Amino acid sequence: MKVLLTGATSFLGAATARALLDASYEVATFQRGALAADLVGNVEDHRGDIADTTAVDNAMSGCDAVVHLAARVSPVGTWAEFEAANVDGTRHVIAAARRHGVGRLVQVSTPSVAPVGHGLVGAGAEPAQPEGAANFYVRSKAVSEIDALAAAGPDLAVVAIRPHLVWGPGDTQLIGRIVDRAAAGRLALVGSGAALIDTTFVTNAADALVAALERAPEISGEALVVTNGEPRPVAEILGRICDAAGLPAPSRQVPTPVAQAAGSLVERIWALAGREDDPPVTRFLADELAHAHWFDQRRTRELLAWQPAVSLDEGFALLAAGLGRGAGSA
Amino acid sequence: MNPSPAIQPARLPPAGLADLDPSWSRLAVTVDDEGRECTWHLLDSWADRAGNTDGADSTGSTDGTESPDLTLLCVHGNPTWSYLWRRLVAAAPPNWRVIAPDQLEMGFSQRSGRSRRLATRIDDLWALTAAVGVTGPVVTVAHDWGGPVSLGWALRANESTTNESAATAGAGSSGVELAGVVLTNTAVTQPPGASAPTIIRGVRNLGLLGPISVSTTGFIDGALAMASPRITGATRQGFLAPYRRAADRHAIRFFVEDIPLEDDHPTHPALDAVAEGIRKLPRPALMLWGPSDPVFSDLYLDDLLARMPHADQHRFVGASHLVTEEAAAVPAIVDWITANCTESDALPSESTAAAAPTASPSPSASEWRPMWAGLRDVPDPEATAVVEMGAAGPVGISFAELAADADAAAAGLAGIGVQPGARVALLVPPGIDLVRALNGCWLAGATVVIVDAGLGPKGMSHALRSAGADFLIGVDRAVVAARTLGWPGTRILVDGPDTGARGRAAAVAGGVEHRLAEVIAAGRDQPMPNPPGPQDLAAVVFTSGATGPAKGVRYRHHQISAQRDALVRLYGITAADRLVAAFAPFALYGPAMGIPSVVPAMDVTAPATLTAAALADAVDSVDASLVFASPAALVNVLATADVSPDRFEGVRLLLSAGAPVPGELLASMLELMPNAEAHTPYGMTECLPVADISLEGIRRAGPGPGVCVGPPVPETEVAIHPLGAVALDPDLGLTTEAGVVGEIVVRANHMKDGYDKLWITEAASSSHRGWHRTGDVGQLDDEGRLWVGGRLGHVITTADGPVVPVPIERRVEALDAVSMAAAVGVGPPGTQQVVVVVATTTAPLPFGGLASADLTNQVRRELAAATDPLLPAPAAVLEVRRLPVDIRHNSKIDRTRVAHWAHQILAGARARRL
Repeated sequence: MKVLLTGATSFLGAATARALLDASYEVATFQRGALAADLVGNVEDHRGDIADTTAVDNAMSGCDAVVHLAARVSPVGTWAEFEAANVDGTRHVIAAARRHGVGRLVQVSTPSVAPVGHGLVGAGAEPAQPEGAANFYVRSKAVSEIDALAAAGPDLAVVAIRPHLVWGPGDTQLIGRIVDRAAAGRLALVGSGAALIDTTFVTNAADALVAALERAPEISGEALVVTNGEPRPVAEILGRICDAAGLPAPSRQVPTPVAQAAGSLVERIWALAGREDDPPVTRFLADELAHAHWFDQRRTRELLAWQPAVSLDEGFALLAAGLGRGAGSA
Repeated sequence: MNPSPAIQPARLPPAGLADLDPSWSRLAVTVDDEGRECTWHLLDSWADRAGNTDGADSTGSTDGTESPDLTLLCVHGNPTWSYLWRRLVAAAPPNWRVIAPDQLEMGFSQRSGRSRRLATRIDDLWALTAAVGVTGPVVTVAHDWGGPVSLGWALRANESTTNESAATAGAGSSGVELAGVVLTNTAVTQPPGASAPTIIRGVRNLGLLGPISVSTTGFIDGALAMASPRITGATRQGFLAPYRRAADRHAIRFFVEDIPLEDDHPTHPALDAVAEGIRKLPRPALMLWGPSDPVFSDLYLDDLLARMPHADQHRFVGASHLVTEEAAAVPAIVDWITANCTESDALPSESTAAAAPTASPSPSASEWRPMWAGLRDVPDPEATAVVEMGAAGPVGISFAELAADADAAAAGLAGIGVQPGARVALLVPPGIDLVRALNGCWLAGATVVIVDAGLGPKGMSHALRSAGADFLIGVDRAVVAARTLGWPGTRILVDGPDTGARGRAAAVAGGVEHRLAEVIAAGRDQPMPNPPGPQDLAAVVFTSGATGPAKGVRYRHHQISAQRDALVRLYGITAADRLVAAFAPFALYGPAMGIPSVVPAMDVTAPATLTAAALADAVDSVDASLVFASPAALVNVLATADVSPDRFEGVRLLLSAGAPVPGELLASMLELMPNAEAHTPYGMTECLPVADISLEGIRRAGPGPGVCVGPPVPETEVAIHPLGAVALDPDLGLTTEAGVVGEIVVRANHMKDGYDKLWITEAASSSHRGWHRTGDVGQLDDEGRLWVGGRLGHVITTADGPVVPVPIERRVEALDAVSMAAAVGVGPPGTQQVVVVVATTTAPLPFGGLASADLTNQVRRELAAATDPLLPAPAAVLEVRRLPVDIRHNSKIDRTRVAHWAHQILAGARARRL
């Protein structure tokens, strides 16, 4: 079976490409930038923008399935930018899949598409809800998940997978920012740091996407949250990331309301100034760090017939190795 | 002035009342005894399909021949309406028809201006059930003054069932069969001592009735405010809906005026007929009671039970007048009816015992050896039976003297009105007087009520009120407390020889009517009452209340005797043994076993007052071979152990129970008692002993999946009801297979008869017929030993299966930094995360919080090292200065509270005090 993977240059995208190859799929990729060196030559490499319908159409040609991972992920930007990349991009993928008789679509989504309320404690995968979304990114992902699942039918099996906080060695997004911040002495805990959060080691998330691809005909129409199933206090997660990087754990605590207010303020300043760089804190990030976010994984594991292969302890050891530190203290 | 009564026909309630489905509402027409047409509003769960004889043919019927398996006829009182039954209508199975009329002139039924008396209301209801086509088995359900109306209907239905000619004579009554009655906070008479008549008379005489009941909503507000918790918001609006105008409220006043307080009141004959008639109503009955009702107090419940002694009952502690607003009441009604009234040949249930276990055939009278036989069947009747370690030195009494005193007490108690079956609360510390009083009560056929003073005044008040004692035998403090706190029962003072002045003061302050010594003196040489048989109720023993409000546990005589025999068998007790009982429950057993016994000088309500010297003196006084003491008492004995071990040389058995007993404690005690073997039984108020283990056994068992309590004792069965993913798996049967984790259930002759006045609790605890569910979780091992892993309610249900807390806690408590640990679950059942909360001296102040990375790692490493059983990694480790424990045992952790606190912290909330 030949699988088209969009967004293969991202951290999770590259891992997914490797997982697909490991599972003996024929892999085509579609992305704007250059592939990781180990993938070059092993995949059919299509370059292009997801907003370009022709490019998407060409890449889809001859494929049996698609894993749609490409998305604009940023704390800043206009709605038009997010809509073009995420909403329209997904519509282009769906349209191309239909045209080429592609039978399976795995839509990579995020748990944030469902309402969070005051934190999530052992939560299931509630339906996506664009109204009241925390930011443009979340809203655009909610709309695109709804569109993708609505496309499910007798000829196209669709599964939405929502990995939560993907990390691992080589991650420049989550891990990279935390380490940079910690190294600069600017990493603080929001509130007590006791809120339990779920995270996902990158290869586990990639394996789950492959499992979703395999199980798509049986579970078409499902949206599933994917995590390591090992929620830990946010202070512990940050502390272990710092430890893996050889840095001291954050000890400063910012009261939750202060962090939330700062996040709101920073967002307004960035919007007014039209800044493109990443703000130091956003309201969304402050909320995420202050309240529990962990999920009920029973249904996910049952429907995907998948288990995380790498535990948190193993993941942190790999992270430490990746950061050049050998085995981190567990 | 009150406006004139409104004159208007029945109408439908407005839409949008909370929890009320408009499709249940219908109207009906009857003709009353004056030949006038009456219009009704009623809730009818089969409104869309039941036959309708009032002309407006209902067309929704899916099947013209459909008839319900059962009809519930629900009758409200004053000042409510059928809204009271909305939850029952919703909860009843679809094959039951639930009918709840608004009584005429009430709710949304007609307003005619007529003052309807009880007799008329019974006729009205009879006519209504005919009009709406009620046939087949019917259970009446009633509240408040709906009680007499429904019972009047029930008596008529019962007559028509048993007397066919009457059935055909009654208008349309043929085919109605009374299947049972359910009563909630109601009355059929004013029992002596009730305060309601005074209140009602006062209201009437002061001319307040009109203002309270008609001009204002005061009467309704009062009724709603009586509920506990208070009824507010949308539900309050629902109750008020039909009574918004003064003109609609006249019947509220008529109802109050129809209460017959005066001898010549016109309703007396009708109410008396109901009150007497139900004495001969051979149908299952359930009484659900809110005992905090300021009007229908326990006195009314007791009065109804005296008339219907076979009735099942459940008292909702803390609930008041509107008991059906209690969350558990409505499901209980459905469950009880299902269990008792859904057989076509429904028979009266034999009190709560019907639902209680019948482990094995109870012994015949010939092989049963009553408890008091221990005072008589002894080799030497002149030998000392009981020694009291008084301030002036030991005081003893012989078996012969005690037996004579017990006989005299029985005759004397009968002489002051203690009837067979009477309940007598015993608030007497262990000693000679307790043995006299206890055996006197038993020989008189009374049921003794045993309440541990450790419950404190509030807990004791609750227990004694719920037991409903007729008499109370107590020492000075107890009778004064009884009077001050309003405990029920005629007070009998126990005043020892050294309490002269104090006893006299207590007699006055305690409103004492009798003294035990005088009762015994009056009973000498009097004819003995007939002693009870093995099936008669011997005792109601209250649980310690460590795991919820204290519950009364009922024992019949053969069960109490079986408990004595189980202990004798288990510990090889012979006539050669001598007992020191520093543990209240066991102080009663020495005389019953026919062996000399002594209570050491101590306050038995405070075990930690036992000193080594006092224990040694007690051992000396009878040359004791057996010592029974609680762990707390033993801790203090060790702390004061300045006596020579040779004073305990004769002790062959040290027994400790009442709370988990650490092996180290027993080991230290055995250094004092070189020739003793140490044992600890496992059990509970409902069944003791269940299992037993020696110190040697504890050592051999080593660490494992909880606390090893040893193999089941002889003639006692232990089984496990396996845990499923989220809770007990109802599809799995009981098992004795090793390694299966689940609720521990037991079966033995010495187990409880049932819970007292707690039908719901009893039904749940005996859901495996013949077994008692202990509420503990654990497993058996391949050597047949039982391991206890915690309480059922504290099981952590993870996605990988259930996890019991105790093995985790014991492992973590092995860490030097940790003085105590609690393992709890956070998150939704079935996908919970394990969290360990540890008590340390270094926890962050003021409230504790996340443990340091170092301590977290220590805890995780410790748990990861466990192999048998494998223990899960906790998602988080939290740290506090001290964990909340049950103050009575200083050992049972309040895990429910810990779990709630952990949930808050780990959800990201600010830390609060645990």
